[in-house]
Amino acid sequence: MSFVKLTASALAISAVSATAAAARDQVQVAGSSTVLPYASIVAEAFGENFDFPTPVVESGGSSAGLKRFCEGVGENTIDVANASRKIKDKEIAACAENGVTDIIEVRIGYDGIVFASDSSADAFEFTPSDWFLALSDKILVDGELANNPNTTWADVNPDFPAVDIQAFVPGTKHGTREVFEDKVILAGCEETGAFEAFKEANGGDKKAAEKACIALRTDGKSVDIDGDYTETLARIESNKDGIGVFGLAFYENNTDKLQVATMSGVVPSTESIASGEYPVSRPLFFYVKKAHIGVIPGLKEYAEFFVADEVAGEDGPLAEYGLVADPELAETQETVANEAVMGGNS
Amino acid sequence: MTDLSQSPAGAAPRKHGGSLLQQTPRTRKRNAAEARFRGYGIAAITAGLVMLLVLVTTIVSKGTGAFQQTFVTLNVELLESKLDKKGNRNIEDIKKVTTFGYAPIIKGAMEATVEELGIETSLKAKELAGVLSKDVAAQLRDYVIANPDQIGQTVEFRFLASSRVDGYLKGRVTRDSIVNDKNISAEQLDLVDALAAAGVLEKTFNLDFITGADASDARPEAAGIGVSMLGSLFMMFVVLALALPIGVAASIYLEEFAPQNWLTDMIEVNISNLAAVPSIVFGILGLAVFINYMHLPTSAPLVGGLVLTLMTLPTIIISTRASLKSVPPSIRDAALGVGASKMQAVFHHVLPLAAPGILTGTIIGLAQALGETAPLLLIGMVGFIASNAPETIADGLLAPNSAMPAQIYEWAKRADPAFYERAWGGIIILLLFLVTMNTLAVILRRRFERRW
Repeated sequence: MSFVKLTASALAISAVSATAAAARDQVQVAGSSTVLPYASIVAEAFGENFDFPTPVVESGGSSAGLKRFCEGVGENTIDVANASRKIKDKEIAACAENGVTDIIEVRIGYDGIVFASDSSADAFEFTPSDWFLALSDKILVDGELANNPNTTWADVNPDFPAVDIQAFVPGTKHGTREVFEDKVILAGCEETGAFEAFKEANGGDKKAAEKACIALRTDGKSVDIDGDYTETLARIESNKDGIGVFGLAFYENNTDKLQVATMSGVVPSTESIASGEYPVSRPLFFYVKKAHIGVIPGLKEYAEFFVADEVAGEDGPLAEYGLVADPELAETQETVANEAVMGGNS
Repeated sequence: MTDLSQSPAGAAPRKHGGSLLQQTPRTRKRNAAEARFRGYGIAAITAGLVMLLVLVTTIVSKGTGAFQQTFVTLNVELLESKLDKKGNRNIEDIKKVTTFGYAPIIKGAMEATVEELGIETSLKAKELAGVLSKDVAAQLRDYVIANPDQIGQTVEFRFLASSRVDGYLKGRVTRDSIVNDKNISAEQLDLVDALAAAGVLEKTFNLDFITGADASDARPEAAGIGVSMLGSLFMMFVVLALALPIGVAASIYLEEFAPQNWLTDMIEVNISNLAAVPSIVFGILGLAVFINYMHLPTSAPLVGGLVLTLMTLPTIIISTRASLKSVPPSIRDAALGVGASKMQAVFHHVLPLAAPGILTGTIIGLAQALGETAPLLLIGMVGFIASNAPETIADGLLAPNSAMPAQIYEWAKRADPAFYERAWGGIIILLLFLVTMNTLAVILRRRFERRW
């Protein structure tokens, strides 16, 4: 019995003293699953080149990451939040409430969002209007707002083949969804003139009109995918008519299974996204808690290493994996070096 | 219902003939029903076996690839001009050369090898080096820092090939499938063929998959399950050290000492209910209590072990109580009869007889805990985490780590198809562990269990 007692009490003691004893010596990162591959590449190289341990990168989505980021200051909170969208004012306020006031915003580059179907399926050349007409809940039919009557892609655009509309779009917890709504559905809404009709119907309220625009149909033609891109890929493999929304890097790793559609006549690639020709792209960020710099060893070095030319630059490993390098990387490097916080009062 | 109850007692003589040699229609019907039932049973077992067979063949056919990896053997000249410009072999100066600084050396080694073998190719140095894994620079740098005296020498290395090259040798990547792939070109595959023909590039057993750490998305070929296996091991240690004593103590008290009243009845019902609670609930509980309230570190195997302890406790308590119950009361009575105290009777006689049952229950509980993923999602054990092998026991308990099932889940999510293969390979290893544990449980039961 004494051995059992001993182990039990030793464990209990270690459990209680863990907080005091564990001076955390590695950087902890959480957030967007889009940024995760890039962050893991950087973390790995960081661990190899510095005497600090390899940082830990968890995923879970931009919102979940920022929520954990804003939980407070201290060793048991994360140091860096990855996000595939900008931090919201609401989140900054939530942060401030918990004492997280000085936040360094770091933009690491751009990421393209592509539309891809099974490699054996028909090729598509989309415009934002096509997606709006295919997926929106209500569209203009003979000048009147009506429930979306389109069932095949040929109904949307006579140039398209007559296959059933079946789209797999990222669920609402993904940062990618917002970009899809803003740059594709909303753009299509404005192009087709439905925006004006929505505005009229809502008594001139622009916000309500935008909201009505991005409401997707719920009859099963558009399916929200809450999981990762691998789930979208699996859905497309089992339903060859399906078209999915992917990140550029994911598509580039699976070119044998997927074929990419053009958007407004432009083929998505790191080049066309960098030049701004390809319309559906968004910046990627990570946010650093300034209060943790100097407390958690290696935090500032990690942030600096992330945006260094040899890492995030045009020939770096991140660009090789699919990140579109930020032309204003030098400014970002300066921000990190000066620990300039958001709001400007560094 | 039997036939007897259908025909009232003392009824008319048998309706249908009455010969024992000739079956009545009713007997035939009953026999047919029995034959059908046996058929259903055999069909059910066959269906189960077929499914098992499909599962095992799928896992084995998809996963065995992960245990083999393509390696390239190269002679590398460790140029002093790149690695130690000052030439004084100061380790601090050598450390300043990052992995990016090793790229020219790798390119040079590839060019030299291609030239030496007389392979005709129009590829540029960077594309030549693209055949190799990105892990190569790290491997070289580690070597140089460990052996600074080798700078300036030519050393033979065994490098990992990139995941696309590896896939090509395993048949996952074909010349048709890479038409749109910007990571590898047909010319590079020609080079791979030539290198393989020269014996420089070959596919061999890959121990690093079993012992290694996780790798980032850019180099799936370097990823291994070893560190997360250690994470699982530490978690199982915590579960064993906590769940076994607590579980056994609780069941001994409930079974042998506790009075029978509404309170113990309530406890009993609740333990049975707890065994049926979905594991994710324990994850949420662990996040709220251990991390947010007790401020234990996130992603730590200690927290994972505590959560899995909660999950395993009911299983252990239930099986322990069952095996205590199965010890006949006569043994207790005899012990008490010769003057043993109640505690002596329990610890000297009942517990040793119940031990095989307790151990079996514990092993099965541990096996269940080993394969559990859901609660680990919530306490931060999924992601790019299993990258540092723990050096001390305290590190193993408190430093962030993953666990085998969580690592498999993480690999299955990643973009590069090479990770998918590794996920299946991980499943094979996990299944081996589970089969071993369950076999151990069966053997223990067979050898030591006593029946009365």
